[in-house]
Amino acid sequence: MNQLREYYERRELLSNLVLRELRSRYKRSALGWTWSLLNPLSSVLIYWVVFGVFLKVKAPIGDPSGQGNFVLFLLCALIPWNFFSNGVTQSIESLVVNAGLIRKVYFPRELLVASTIGGLLVTFMIELGVVVVILLIAGNMVLPWLPIVVLLVILQTLLVLGIGLLLSGANVYFRDVRHFVNLLIPMLFYSTPVVYPISYVPVNWQVAGRSIPLRSIYEMNPLVQLVGAYRALLYDLTFPSIGSLAYIAVWSIGLVVIGQFVFNRLDHRLAEEV
Amino acid sequence: MTAAVVVDHVSKRYRLYHERNQSLKASLLRGRRARYEDFMALNDVSFEIKEGTAFGLIGENGSGKSTMLKCMARILRPDGGSITTRGKLSALLELGAGFHPELSGRENVYLNGAILGLSRREIDARFDEIVDFSGIEQFIDAPVKNYSSGMYVRLGFAVAINVDPAVLLIDEVLAVGDQEFQNKCTEKISQFRREGRTIVVVSHALSSVRELCDEVALIEHGRLIQVGPAVDTIDHYLTEILSIDPATLGIARRSTGEIQLQGVELLGESGEPVGSLALGDSVTFRFHFNALKPVSGPVFGMSLTSSDGVLVTGTNSRDQGLSLEIPTGLGWIDLAVPRLLVSSGKYHVTGTIYDTTQMTPIHEVGDLHAFDVAEGNPKTSGITSLGGTWRA
Ligand SMILES: Nc1ncnc2c1ncn2[C@@H]1O[C@H](COP(=O)(O)OP(=O)(O)O)[C@@H](O)[C@H]1O
Ligand SMILES: [Mg+2]
Repeated sequence: MNQLREYYERRELLSNLVLRELRSRYKRSALGWTWSLLNPLSSVLIYWVVFGVFLKVKAPIGDPSGQGNFVLFLLCALIPWNFFSNGVTQSIESLVVNAGLIRKVYFPRELLVASTIGGLLVTFMIELGVVVVILLIAGNMVLPWLPIVVLLVILQTLLVLGIGLLLSGANVYFRDVRHFVNLLIPMLFYSTPVVYPISYVPVNWQVAGRSIPLRSIYEMNPLVQLVGAYRALLYDLTFPSIGSLAYIAVWSIGLVVIGQFVFNRLDHRLAEEV
Repeated sequence: MTAAVVVDHVSKRYRLYHERNQSLKASLLRGRRARYEDFMALNDVSFEIKEGTAFGLIGENGSGKSTMLKCMARILRPDGGSITTRGKLSALLELGAGFHPELSGRENVYLNGAILGLSRREIDARFDEIVDFSGIEQFIDAPVKNYSSGMYVRLGFAVAINVDPAVLLIDEVLAVGDQEFQNKCTEKISQFRREGRTIVVVSHALSSVRELCDEVALIEHGRLIQVGPAVDTIDHYLTEILSIDPATLGIARRSTGEIQLQGVELLGESGEPVGSLALGDSVTFRFHFNALKPVSGPVFGMSLTSSDGVLVTGTNSRDQGLSLEIPTGLGWIDLAVPRLLVSSGKYHVTGTIYDTTQMTPIHEVGDLHAFDVAEGNPKTSGITSLGGTWRA
C-alpha cells in the first residue's frame, strides 16, 4: 500500500524517467523510432517463413471470427511476447545501467525498473495499435474487445514489473542473473504457444509406459494463459475464460508483492554495490 | 533554534570484497556470497546542524566525509543510527549531479528537477534562472556528454541551488570553475544563508571553510574528533592531525587547497620504490598530488627535518626556474637527488605548495612522509656529509 502511494507521489518523476527512456533509446540511430516497428516486423517475417511456410504450421480457424491467417495468428501473440521478453531482460538491467543516477541522487529506485518497463509499454501500445489496424483491415472487428485487452495489458505490465523488481536488485549483487535469464527466455518462448497453436501440445505424453498429462503441466505457465487470452480477444473475437484471467491476475499481483518485498530488502546497499 | 539535520550515532560499513568478480558459480562453490571484510567508514558519529547555519566537514582523504554527505542525502543508508532532516534537501556530490550523457542539458535539467521533487510547472518557472546561472545557454540543447567537466559542474550546481531546497549539501565542488563562476556561487550561497537556509559543505579549502562556516566537524578514520566553532576545529585539525607547527598556523589557515598533496614515494635509481636508504644513495622523491582545478605556476617545496626537529634542508621548484602548468586531476612531481648526503637516522618530509606569487599557500603537510637512512659510505659524523673524498 505504502509502495503504491510512493509510485503515485512520484508520478511526475516516473513520467519524466519514461520520457528519458524513450528519448535516449534511439538517440543516435539514423532510423530512430522506425526501429521499434522494424524489429517486430523482422521477427514476424522470420517466424512466418520458418513456421508458416517451411514447417507448415496451420493456424486454427478463429471461433467465431473465422480467421485462419497464420501471420495474424502470430502477431496476436508475438507482440505481447516481445513486451514480456524485452520488459524482463531490460528491467533486470535497469539498475546497473543507471548506476550513475543511483550513486548521485536519491529517489525511490524501483522507479528505474518501472520506467524501463513504462518505456517499453509505450512501444508495446503503439505496436498493438498497428496490430489492431491490421486486424480491422483483415475483417476482425476487435474494437468491442479492446477494454478487456487493456485490462490484459495492465495485468501483463504488473507481471513484468514483478519479475523486474524481483531480479533487478539481485542482478546488482550477482551479475550472472542476467545471463541466466537470457538463457531462460528462449526456453520460455518455445514453451509458450506463440509460433504454434496450443493444440500441437499433446494432452498426454507416454514415457516409459506411463502417461504424463503434458498439456495440463504446460498450461500452468502463466504466459500460456496470457498469450491464450490475447488470442481469444484479438484473433478469435471471444471472451477469454475467467479462470485464465484470474490465474494471470494471481501471478501478476503475487509477483509484484514478492518482487517489491525482495527489492526493499536489496535496496539497502544498492548505491555501493551497483 | 531547531536542528535542520540531526546525525544520531551513525555508523556505515563498506564491504571490501576479496575478489570483485561476484559470479554465481563462485558463490555456489563457496556456499555463500563472495568473501568480504567490513570496513567502518563511519563509526558512531553524532552531531546536529542548526537551521540556517553553514556547517563544514573536514578531515583527511578517506576519512569518511563524502560517506557522511551521502548518508545525509539518503543515497547510502547507515548500518547503525539515524539521520533526520527537516525540509527538502538537495545535494551536489563529487563530480556533479546524476546526468544522463545522451540527453541534452535541457532534458537533464527537467529530469534532475523531477528527481528533486519539482513538478514540471515549477521547473518551467525556474528554467531560465537555472540556465542563466550556469552560463551555458549556447550548449543547453547539446548532449551533456559533450560538456567539459566545468560545464557539467556549473549546470549541476545551478540545478541544485535553484530547486528551492531547505538544506544544500556540497561536496568538494566549489573549487571548480573560473573565478567569475566561483564569485557567482559565493554570492548565491550568501543569499541562500540570508534566506535562512542550511548549507553543509565538504571542502579541502580550509580558508573558504573558515570564511563560510559557522560550525565545523572534524572526522578522522570515520570517527568524529571534534565539532564546534569553525576556527577551533580547523586549528585542531591543522595542529593535531596535519602536525602543522603552531608557528606557521597562520599560513595553513589561509591555504586555498586547490592542489592536495597526497604522499611521497621514494624511488631508487631504476625507478623502483625503495623502503630504506643509506648515505650516498641516489634517490628520487616523488610527490603525488591531486589538483581540483587547473593551476598555473604553482611552486612546490619540500624540506627535511631530522627526528630531533632540526631543519636539515629545504628546496623549491621555483629556485630552479621550473614553471609549471598543472591540469585538473592526479599528478606527480619529482625531486631527483643524485647523492643523499645526510647521516644515519630518521627524517621527516614536509611538503608545501604555494601559488605563483609565493604569497598564498595552496597546501602544506607537516609530516608527509618519514624514512630511515642507514650508515653508508663515506661514514660521517654530525647531521650531514660533505660527500668529499680524502686524498694524499
Ligand atoms: N563504495 C565503497 N566501497 C568500499 N569502500 C569505500 C567506498 N566508498 C568509499 N570507501 C572508503 O571509505 C573511506 C571513506 O571514503 P570517503 O567518505 O569518500 O572519504 P572522504 O570523502 O573523506 O575522502 C575511504 O577509505 C574509502 O576508500
Ligand atoms: Mg570525498
